[in-house]
Amino acid sequence: MLNRQRLLSPEFKLISSWIEPGSRVLDLGCGDGTLLAHLQESRRCSGYGMELDPNLVIASIENGINVIQANLNKKSLLDYFDEDSFDYVIMTQALQVVDRPDLLLDEMLTIGKQSIVTFPNFGFWKNRIQLMFTGRMPETDVLPYHWYDTPNIHLCTFKDFESLCAEKGIAVVRRAVVNQQHETTLGMKLLPNLLGEIALYQIQRKHPK
Amino acid sequence: MKENSVGLVTPKICHVDTPLHTVSGGVIPQYDLVYETYGQLNAAGTNAILICHALSGNHHVAGYYAGDEKPGWWEAYVGPGKPIDTNRFFVVGVNNLGGCHGSTGPTSINPATNKPWGPDFPIMTVKDWVVSQDKLRQHLGIAQWAAVIGGSLGGMQALQWAIDLPDRLRHAVVIAAAPKLSAQNIAFNEVARQAIMSDPDFHNGRYLEHGVTPKRGLALARMLGHLTYLSDDLMGKKFGRELRDKLKYSFDVEFQVESYLRYQGEKFATKQKFDANTYLLMTKALDYFDPAADYDHDLSRAMAHVQAKFMVISFTSDWRFSPERSEEIVRALLDNDKDVSYAEIESQHGHDAFLLPNPFYEGVFNAYLQRIWQEVTADA
Repeated sequence: MLNRQRLLSPEFKLISSWIEPGSRVLDLGCGDGTLLAHLQESRRCSGYGMELDPNLVIASIENGINVIQANLNKKSLLDYFDEDSFDYVIMTQALQVVDRPDLLLDEMLTIGKQSIVTFPNFGFWKNRIQLMFTGRMPETDVLPYHWYDTPNIHLCTFKDFESLCAEKGIAVVRRAVVNQQHETTLGMKLLPNLLGEIALYQIQRKHPK
Repeated sequence: MKENSVGLVTPKICHVDTPLHTVSGGVIPQYDLVYETYGQLNAAGTNAILICHALSGNHHVAGYYAGDEKPGWWEAYVGPGKPIDTNRFFVVGVNNLGGCHGSTGPTSINPATNKPWGPDFPIMTVKDWVVSQDKLRQHLGIAQWAAVIGGSLGGMQALQWAIDLPDRLRHAVVIAAAPKLSAQNIAFNEVARQAIMSDPDFHNGRYLEHGVTPKRGLALARMLGHLTYLSDDLMGKKFGRELRDKLKYSFDVEFQVESYLRYQGEKFATKQKFDANTYLLMTKALDYFDPAADYDHDLSRAMAHVQAKFMVISFTSDWRFSPERSEEIVRALLDNDKDVSYAEIESQHGHDAFLLPNPFYEGVFNAYLQRIWQEVTADA
């Protein structure tokens, strides 16, 4: 689905460290199931992955996770799960590809107590510079597509995401801003929206239902 | 002999002396189950897989009979190196009670009358089949199936196994099935039954005593069934409006699709000699299948005690048991936090897809059976 391979390990390590051992986890767009398999093995977690791509569904089965093939643009998460079914609903690098990220976030925080979401920051300085100086849509290692064939139809900046959270009454529990090597520099801490390439957010409802 | 086949096979008989008291209130004092096995049972008895058959299937799942060109009905998926790998697993195919391929059924002699059971054979339900298949499990000395696998009506048996005998199977692979039939499904079955029962040769089901069989009715029933197994798309692609010759403006066979359906019906009723009473019984077993009914019609509650891990598979163009019906099964398992994986396979072959080669289907099947195999070897 996405160019996830190169982001894989360090991003997942950081997410894993945020997850309480023994948790129930749902991984949306679980890819080949690597993260959930890792959480099962190293943190005694259980749960499900959801994935649309047939080959990734097969890979997930091979990786020993429970995987449900589903198109989240056509189905609601509530078709599958009740309220508060999971401790964490995770979605890595997929928020920007769904039809309505705002509605999906609502569903994620309905069926899960908390969510962990990661996405590329469109406000990253390289994107800004490409647009400013070449006058064309940015193409980078993290966003390797052309404007016309990209699956990333709802790109946003950190500021955009946080203002959506504020509007929706979603609290940011934790945030990490990293570059492609998943390092955090002093600059990123000071100017995350400009210098951060990838964001990891842990969020929850401000007012429990 | 074809490559990657289990090769020549011979059926065996399991005789059961304990009477079966059916859900319908009938009693079968003793019965035979005809079955085939492929591969070797390991010393611990942990690598056995039961394959349950669909409406018109039987115990001849794979391989060839001497002098027969046609392999078993799931040859594409059962054999050495195939998804259900007979180099690894001990695979058991069984003909269901009430069938017409060697297990006790309407064509067998009723000991009470010394005549064929015919229409007096007790109505069978999927629950009864599970009870009888469990006798075969004991006969083979298997404590627990590594998996029970089936498509369509066979998938329903796998589901019933998991609900009724939770500790007797480790995995259930439920393919192109549904948790119960819809009104439309039952309606199709009823038309099929009426086709059989209105054949003048039916004689209230006692046709054998009259030395005839209701071939025309059975052929019609099969034509209707066949129609529901294919997708509109596929029929369009396969036949379109193609003619055998040219339009004659008559009621003869003119369109290719008519010719195909008639051939299928004819083959089923005449060449394969399928028994009409068995067909009636099998369609009834489908209609009655409703495991949730025992649990206040709550499928989630029916799944509460399930121990088996599930692999549920559906096919996009299957309108007889659509993906939504499989998702009902998945949802009930998710409600109970059970281990379940689900794949919706892209296919244009309708309900029949579960029997046909398809790379993604094979991939899913292979990957899941590989997981089962890992468990078997981990225990060894």
